[in-house]
Amino acid sequence: MRLFRKGFTLGMIALLSASLVAGCGTTNSGSSDSSTPIKVGGNLELSGGTAMFGQAAQNSINLAFEQQNAKGGVLGRKLELVAADNKSDAGESTSAVTKLVTQDKVVAVIGSMTSSVTLAAVPVVTDNKIPMISPSGTNAKLTVDPANGEVRPWIFRACFIDPFQGQVGANFALTNLKAKTAAVIIDQKSDYSKGLAEAFITNFTKGNGQILGTEQYVAGSDKDFRPILTRIKAKNPDMVWLPGYYQEVGLIVKQARELGMKMPFMGGDGWDDPQLFNIGGNEAMNNTFYCDHVATDDPAMATFVSDYKAKFNSVPNAMGALGYDAANLLIKAIENAQSTDPEKLRTALETMKGFKGVGGEITIDPKTHNPQKSAVIKANKDGKPTFLTRVAPQ
Amino acid sequence: MGSSITQQIFQQIVNGLSLGSIYALIALGYTMVYGIIKLINFAHGDIMMVGAYAGWYAITVLHLSFLPALLFAMVACALLGVVIERIAYKPLRNASRIAALITAIGVSLFLEYGGMLLVTAQVRTYPPVFPETMYSFHGVIFKYGDIVMLLTSTILMVLLHITVQYTKMGKAMRAVSFDKDAALLMGINTNNIISFTFAIGSALAAAAGVLMGVYFNTIDPLMGIIPGLKAFVAAVLGGIGIIPGAMVGGLMLGLIESIVSGLGASTWRDAVAFLILILVLIVKPSGLFGKNVREKV
Repeated sequence: MRLFRKGFTLGMIALLSASLVAGCGTTNSGSSDSSTPIKVGGNLELSGGTAMFGQAAQNSINLAFEQQNAKGGVLGRKLELVAADNKSDAGESTSAVTKLVTQDKVVAVIGSMTSSVTLAAVPVVTDNKIPMISPSGTNAKLTVDPANGEVRPWIFRACFIDPFQGQVGANFALTNLKAKTAAVIIDQKSDYSKGLAEAFITNFTKGNGQILGTEQYVAGSDKDFRPILTRIKAKNPDMVWLPGYYQEVGLIVKQARELGMKMPFMGGDGWDDPQLFNIGGNEAMNNTFYCDHVATDDPAMATFVSDYKAKFNSVPNAMGALGYDAANLLIKAIENAQSTDPEKLRTALETMKGFKGVGGEITIDPKTHNPQKSAVIKANKDGKPTFLTRVAPQ
Repeated sequence: MGSSITQQIFQQIVNGLSLGSIYALIALGYTMVYGIIKLINFAHGDIMMVGAYAGWYAITVLHLSFLPALLFAMVACALLGVVIERIAYKPLRNASRIAALITAIGVSLFLEYGGMLLVTAQVRTYPPVFPETMYSFHGVIFKYGDIVMLLTSTILMVLLHITVQYTKMGKAMRAVSFDKDAALLMGINTNNIISFTFAIGSALAAAAGVLMGVYFNTIDPLMGIIPGLKAFVAAVLGGIGIIPGAMVGGLMLGLIESIVSGLGASTWRDAVAFLILILVLIVKPSGLFGKNVREKV
């Protein structure tokens, strides 16, 4: 039943966007006098499996815009975030971004936080020629089309990519965890999970590590992971690489510990949320590690963390920091371009150099639209991620 | 040791049985409702979801312990089941069966997306209800929750069996399922019996929902879809309309899924579950327990 519904939505979207492309050539040329605000779209995961990411980003973008507006805005105009909820779902993401671009007439889109959901919005912004910045979509395919190896002209991001993250993870597993064998558990519905698994496997085997097995699951519909975990347990690997999002990661690690599996588990930035400990339990999450973009205890983050805390009464996660950076990156691009014209904005983003974000300096590579950034590794201990080490880009 | 393979097999059996007992509980509701009014109540999985939320509310907000929370959820869903039956299905009692089926799908969507509106799509976590005690038996690991789950579902199934076979209400239910009109002529209030059936079926679904919430400790408004469909497969596998069939079908489906994943084909697990549905419908549409003379409820 669900499939039918999804298929129907997708079909409708395809029809609608096709008619849009055919119908109108001019988008976004009108209303740019100084009294109207600059509308920026937010295609965010405000509910669903990765809601914490989208909500954190929404808060941070609002914070960044508010701070800029207090300084008089940009080009003499105020900034306004028009947020649309994509329910952490790729199909919903296409319709959310279509609404933002065609109805709300936003000048640029920030979002989404996760790779598959972002990927679903790519055709819409590309057809409508609107720049889109994903704060935390790490899959390499987002900015470079795997079919022809060319950069996607309208897509940017504020984070590192999975090949780098997978390499950092594999090196950490080999040298710090002294792992010689590993098992990999992949969410077969997620481009992020698949890309990160591939990057890990390549680098782990290159370092003479051995992959004992890979297992698959489907995020969202699977809750019982004991059958695949029982299989992995029998192979007894030194560590398990678990690229996924916090909801499933929490369940998987919890069930693994219940089956008596004591080896370290490790994953990527999708782990980064306090919910991880609510779902998995503090005890079970001990001896687990993950790569991330920023550490909130990093001194460079101090001002942002205190501003965020003052406004929202909670500590931001890494996704919040990246959302903040994406918003400020866009503001900087509008300033550099001295215009909100999408084409000029695109050029300004493409030539961005040395932008100082709270999560590190961003210089966009025009060939790939990927920033060169460092990664951090965190260890989970008694319900808290703690900063272990920082790994510079090579 | 040499026993690691056997150990793995037994562990998979334990995994399968605990998942299967949840399927069985949901399948019972499907089968009872089908047995009595020939309606596949597609909203059944979503009633399970409501039960999971009711249990969550009872545990986190009302601070009840497991058993009172379970009862709270069962009573709440029994009422919900009756209300749904009275509002959505009763007016269609004499309409074509496809009309009732479509209404059931409508009720299902209403519960899913109404739930999303009410409690948001945000995933909620159950607090730990049971001690995290683990028992190891020759390397096969059970946790406290496994035992509670199997025990709770067994007790509920036995209670159901007693109700249907040995009480006056049960006798009336069986009578209505054989022949509604004749039962009416014998002075049985069929409307009450049908409501009663919905109440029991929904209460069992609620129990399954609470068990699922406690066991997998995450709940969301769409959590009922997949288990609902799987339980439907289980009910058909055992023979829809037949109570012992639903129990056995549920446990079998849990075991089959666990074995398929255990053989390394986890991506095929759901495909196999629905392949079974197709095969049963082709080869033996009346299900494993289906006979020419059916004892239905």
